[in-house]
Amino acid sequence: MTDEVLLRARGLTKTFGDFIAVDGIDVEVRRGEAFGFLGPNGAGKSSTMRMVGCVSPVSGGELSILGLDPATDGPAIRARLGVCPQQDMLDEDLSVEENLWVYGRFFGLSRREVRARADELLEFAQLTERRRDRVEPLSGGMKRRLTIARALINNPEVLLLDEPTTGLDPQARHVLWDRLYRLKRQGVTLIITTHYMDEAEQLCDRLVVMDHGRIVAEGSPRELIDAYSTREVVELRFEVDDRDHPVDAVRSVADRVEQLPDRLLVYTADGDETLARLHESGVRPLSALVRRSTLEDVFLHLTGRSLID
Amino acid sequence: MGAAPGVTVPAADRATGRLLAGPRPPMARGERVLAAMEHHLRVYRRTWRGSIISRFLSPLFFLAAMGLGLGSLVDSSAGGVGGQPYLQFVVPGIVAYQAALLGFGDATYPVLGYIKWNRMYSATLSTPLGVTEVLLGHLTVLGANLVVATTIFLAIAAVFGSFASWWVLLAVPVGLLTGLAFAVPTFAISASIRTDNVFGILYRFVLTPVLLFSGTFFPLEQLPLWIRPLAWVTPLWHGVVLTRHAAVGQWPGWMGLVHLGVLVAVIALGWVLAHRAFTRRLLS
Amino acid sequence: MTAAGTGTPLRRGLLLPFPAGAGRARFVVARNATAFRRAWVLLLSGFVEPVFYLFSLGVGLGALVGRVTTDGGSVVSYAAFVAPALLAASAMNGAIFDATFNVFFKLRYQHLYDAMLATPIGPRDIAVGEITWSLLRGGLYSAMFLVVALLAGLVESWWALLAVPAAVLVGLAFGAVGMFTTTFMRSWQDFDYVTLAIQPMFLFSATFFPLSTYPDALQWLVRATPLYHGVALERGLMLGEVGWGLLWHVAYLAGLGAIGVLGASRRIARLLLT
Repeated sequence: MTDEVLLRARGLTKTFGDFIAVDGIDVEVRRGEAFGFLGPNGAGKSSTMRMVGCVSPVSGGELSILGLDPATDGPAIRARLGVCPQQDMLDEDLSVEENLWVYGRFFGLSRREVRARADELLEFAQLTERRRDRVEPLSGGMKRRLTIARALINNPEVLLLDEPTTGLDPQARHVLWDRLYRLKRQGVTLIITTHYMDEAEQLCDRLVVMDHGRIVAEGSPRELIDAYSTREVVELRFEVDDRDHPVDAVRSVADRVEQLPDRLLVYTADGDETLARLHESGVRPLSALVRRSTLEDVFLHLTGRSLID
Repeated sequence: MGAAPGVTVPAADRATGRLLAGPRPPMARGERVLAAMEHHLRVYRRTWRGSIISRFLSPLFFLAAMGLGLGSLVDSSAGGVGGQPYLQFVVPGIVAYQAALLGFGDATYPVLGYIKWNRMYSATLSTPLGVTEVLLGHLTVLGANLVVATTIFLAIAAVFGSFASWWVLLAVPVGLLTGLAFAVPTFAISASIRTDNVFGILYRFVLTPVLLFSGTFFPLEQLPLWIRPLAWVTPLWHGVVLTRHAAVGQWPGWMGLVHLGVLVAVIALGWVLAHRAFTRRLLS
Repeated sequence: MTAAGTGTPLRRGLLLPFPAGAGRARFVVARNATAFRRAWVLLLSGFVEPVFYLFSLGVGLGALVGRVTTDGGSVVSYAAFVAPALLAASAMNGAIFDATFNVFFKLRYQHLYDAMLATPIGPRDIAVGEITWSLLRGGLYSAMFLVVALLAGLVESWWALLAVPAAVLVGLAFGAVGMFTTTFMRSWQDFDYVTLAIQPMFLFSATFFPLSTYPDALQWLVRATPLYHGVALERGLMLGEVGWGLLWHVAYLAGLGAIGVLGASRRIARLLLT
């Protein structure tokens, strides 16, 4: 990671008619880092990504990417970006390798360059054996990897990934994360949106939490957890009927308690000790689980809402 | 830095210099259009077989039924149309209609598909290509397809003795213009709608009446006066009249320029609308 | 399917000549009627298209063609000649569209029939219900078309009242066979074969010119196609060329319909209950 700033936004705003999708955000992304936008659906992440990808005009504020202005230098910026959209956007009439060739030509690469590059990327995406197959019957994970391979065809300096693992099974997610680590290690700057906190923790050096078009917190995953949550969390489940009763008893033991539809979250530095004290005060949950804080807890603390609901 | 996935930038990168990290040599407009064309050419290469029936057999059926079957009826009772055998009258009309239908068809589901289903247009616009190149690339290949289809159909129809003059070759550029006059505005429609139901309605309420009332099967003068202006505003009638003149090698006079002008004007208006609709839909 | 206490529904379906149960077909019809309430433009288009054809060909071509001698021997205006054919052809087109494209979409993409079979509705309910719905619509279009033809002075006989049930019969024959065919289809590409079968029939079944126009050998080929029988039946009724020979057309179409219904309901049972 260097200090060179690849992306700078100041008061960046996106409106659609009366609706404010992005409400004046300030962001800086440096070369070589993996930067995340974390937030629920509708937080303004995708709108931000589309502005960064130079396919959506900025409504207000400033935005500069690779030192260029998207309003005037769109094609020059896009020539150096890789974009992996939320939906795969592959041409299903074409074969796997043809999708790469066609896309490489959009960047003005020669046929020789495109073929050489496609061979490497198929290897990277573990799709070499499927290169001549049509895209349509591929699994979700394969299509996703092909989309990422395609986004890399122009050897981009910045890779934009919009919800890269949404809809994939756990196995496919881990394969994909592994590929993204490798890219990061090779110096590609990653800009990721996600509503999965585990993904943000796994992939991002630094992230911003977005809600209703605004940035509500910023930092590394660790910093955010330290700042906005406790070290541990106790999750308590009760009988459906008497969930309300123990809340007061629990509150008397812990600093902060969040009440979710199906459970109580108790924030504490030492989970086991809290659990023991709860027992002493006569709280009898159906089940109790002690775990470390995650970004989900950060989000809950910042917005009072759960990320996925 | 920069060399992405587990690999070095290929040695071939000196060819364009566009794989090296940092600012890239910009692409010329022509180069960008060619890249977009290449995409559609590859798609056509994969899919043309699936449309043989609708493209070649179906106009052939029309030719046989109308030109030969109905023709014998018309020729025996009225001695053809204005002294011309009915076959030679109706086939140029079918040539123009086939171009219109092909232009319309290629601008409906395929375009909506690239916008809404596989979203290839969005993927394309994430590269240095813009709306102009996306449109030009697709329309150029669509136009080439119109030229090929019209040429093949003319060759087959010529075997049946449908044409009286070699000037009929001019039906190829006329077919191209007629097809584009339907395709380009349809691009604008496809980029503005949410569901494909609209295509069924357009086909039944626009394409079919246009076929029936544009003088394809009989001279427009057979229709009551009040309905004729309807044909004047449809591009098909202008295409049919021009093709019919070409088929007998008759110079259409200054009216020919009017017909050409209408076709070009419809294409130009369609272009403006399509460009606006694409920008609104894909770059908002 | 009636509530089966013992034995799997599948086995019953194979033992009986028809997969059991059609008493609930009316629910399938009701479902389609509800779905169509919002698609009235499409409903309208089924009527408008043949009227466009009638107007264009009758007025425009009629002036060129003059009077036509039918295969039954009467001499009529061209408009009166094509009107019955357009009635039969639109009954075919409508039924085929419903039974192929619509059914395929519901079968393969919407999985509507899977959902229906999870209720007491059985395979034969579905086959009968879909075809009934298609026939109801077809009957409505035919009646409307007949009124237009009457107003245009193209109806020559009181027998024309039977033209509407005849059109329903044409719809039944094509709808049933079309649905049977649909159960064998794998992808949208296969629908090109439907077009390949329908379009020549539309153009060549003595629709736009009499059978006598063809050379003898071809006449026999035309006589073998189902639409020819539909056209001949309608033409006989609307022009008053009525004789016992018309019953032959009726029998042909009814037989075709029976084969289609039997085949389609068996295939649906096979596709959905295995």
